[in-house]
Amino acid sequence: MSQPRGDASLIWAVRGLAVASGGIVLLIVAFLALEAIPALREVGLRRFFTDASWHPADGADRGAFNLVPMVAGTLTVATGAVLIATPLGIASALFCRFYAPGALGRAYRRLVELLAGIPSVVYGFWGLVVLTPLIRQWQPPGQSLLAGILILTVMILPTVALLSESSLRSIPAAYLRGATALGLSRWATIRGVALPAARSGIFTAVILATGRAVGETMAVLMVMGNIVQVPGSVFDPVRTLTANIALEMGYAMEVHRSALFVTGLMLMAIVVVLVAANARLGREGRRA
Amino acid sequence: MRRRAVTLSNLPALMGLAFAAACSPGTEGAGSGDGTLEGRITITGSSTVAPLMGEVARRFEAEHPGVRVDVQTGGTSRGIADVRRRVAQIGMISRGLRPEEEDLDAVAVALDGITLIVHRDNHVATLSHDQVVDIFTGRVRRWDTVGGREAEITVVSKADGRATLELFLDHFGLRRDEIHPSLVIGDNQHGIRSVAGDPAAIAYVSIGTAAFESSQGRAIRMLPLDGVEPTLAAVQSGEFPASRPLNLVTFGDRSPPVQAFLSFAASERVQDLVEAQYFVPAPR
Repeated sequence: MSQPRGDASLIWAVRGLAVASGGIVLLIVAFLALEAIPALREVGLRRFFTDASWHPADGADRGAFNLVPMVAGTLTVATGAVLIATPLGIASALFCRFYAPGALGRAYRRLVELLAGIPSVVYGFWGLVVLTPLIRQWQPPGQSLLAGILILTVMILPTVALLSESSLRSIPAAYLRGATALGLSRWATIRGVALPAARSGIFTAVILATGRAVGETMAVLMVMGNIVQVPGSVFDPVRTLTANIALEMGYAMEVHRSALFVTGLMLMAIVVVLVAANARLGREGRRA
Repeated sequence: MRRRAVTLSNLPALMGLAFAAACSPGTEGAGSGDGTLEGRITITGSSTVAPLMGEVARRFEAEHPGVRVDVQTGGTSRGIADVRRRVAQIGMISRGLRPEEEDLDAVAVALDGITLIVHRDNHVATLSHDQVVDIFTGRVRRWDTVGGREAEITVVSKADGRATLELFLDHFGLRRDEIHPSLVIGDNQHGIRSVAGDPAAIAYVSIGTAAFESSQGRAIRMLPLDGVEPTLAAVQSGEFPASRPLNLVTFGDRSPPVQAFLSFAASERVQDLVEAQYFVPAPR
């Protein structure tokens, strides 16, 4: 079977673009690794997990390079935000799809889309001047894990809500008509038909939101206090891996600079684990 | 936000810079016959001075289209090393010349100082040298211990490597690991917002930023440092204790473009750029 010539050239163009975008990711990883080599050689991978604290500016011998508290900070703030944003986002999607009257549903959807378009630095600024003083009145110093979780929740909520909604929208109409024909109530339809049918789409939404929460930088830097410690409570200030890079990169030299690229590699590793988990759970989801 | 140097959003630019740095040997320019300047000037060194020099270089290039000025950061020590190895024609250093650096010639372009700030409603009039040390090392944790209201002190410090942190440590004779902050902030603006939102906070920031922000009605107050009131005039006269000159250094003979750039950078024609970066113009 022969293809029209236009199709063949389109295929090659698409292949080329695919290779290019894959290549860019590999190049970034290679660049990170290359820049991280001096620190890994002079400090050693072990010390990034076992040193007493994080004081990289004192050089390879006298400095301290422990990244574990920042890994903990990144994971706790992302987990907290995802745990709050997921039920809220799904509830918002269900409201929009099944409960809201047409015009209200559309207006509501526009509003959520607007929320998704606000730049992160605006959220961070709002958090710094409004949210953290409020938390401070309750539990000083205010800039804390809690502030980070709340800001990130607002930031990833639209991702969960919009993607869940579009996955609910793509359920075959026959399913819903069938449920109606069986005389199921609205809630029973949602619980027994709509949510199971849209499960893999909702799952992808949560994973994408988690990725955004892990990678967010400016907003968490501005509201989380950036102390390098494993948080003991939600009122403790903590530093994330991304904030660490943004805070120190402009002024870092030699081993310090290289140690920040190790921080970047660590972040990359977390994202890789996340993507791998998504692929695995997605496969199991389809099988079930 | 003006002095924030590198955030994640411009990391790609940084990467580009790193590649450019790897393959750009400095080439010295010379004046051509008819009096117009031509050539290329490479400037490396302190990241405190670099943003200012970037602006100055842009204005200089506009006036002298034949000259290309390339500004790279890497720290004061790199600036000195590059000038001595003649990899760069001009080095940027965020301190004065040391005795062992007398082979270099320095031109002061600006002064920078740090001051302590507290919330406007904090009525502690002054803190002694030792009280500041005690607060930042965590030996004093409450404002009532130093004559303030009953509240726990929020100690605001900066991330490792920041020039203001280095100057603070230097002035108070502290090591980095001795400081026990409640919060770590990024740039001066972030510090001022943090203090303005917290009546129990204390922070150190660049004096120019603090003076500008408090004149704009921000809820902060500057404390005297070792008994000297923090004013731009006190920095300019050298009376203020925690201040430092920002210098450009050269090694050996200067080519005409380099000489022109140095006099341009130290002239009044760039004073607005100096002030826009929250530095104090150098005394002339």
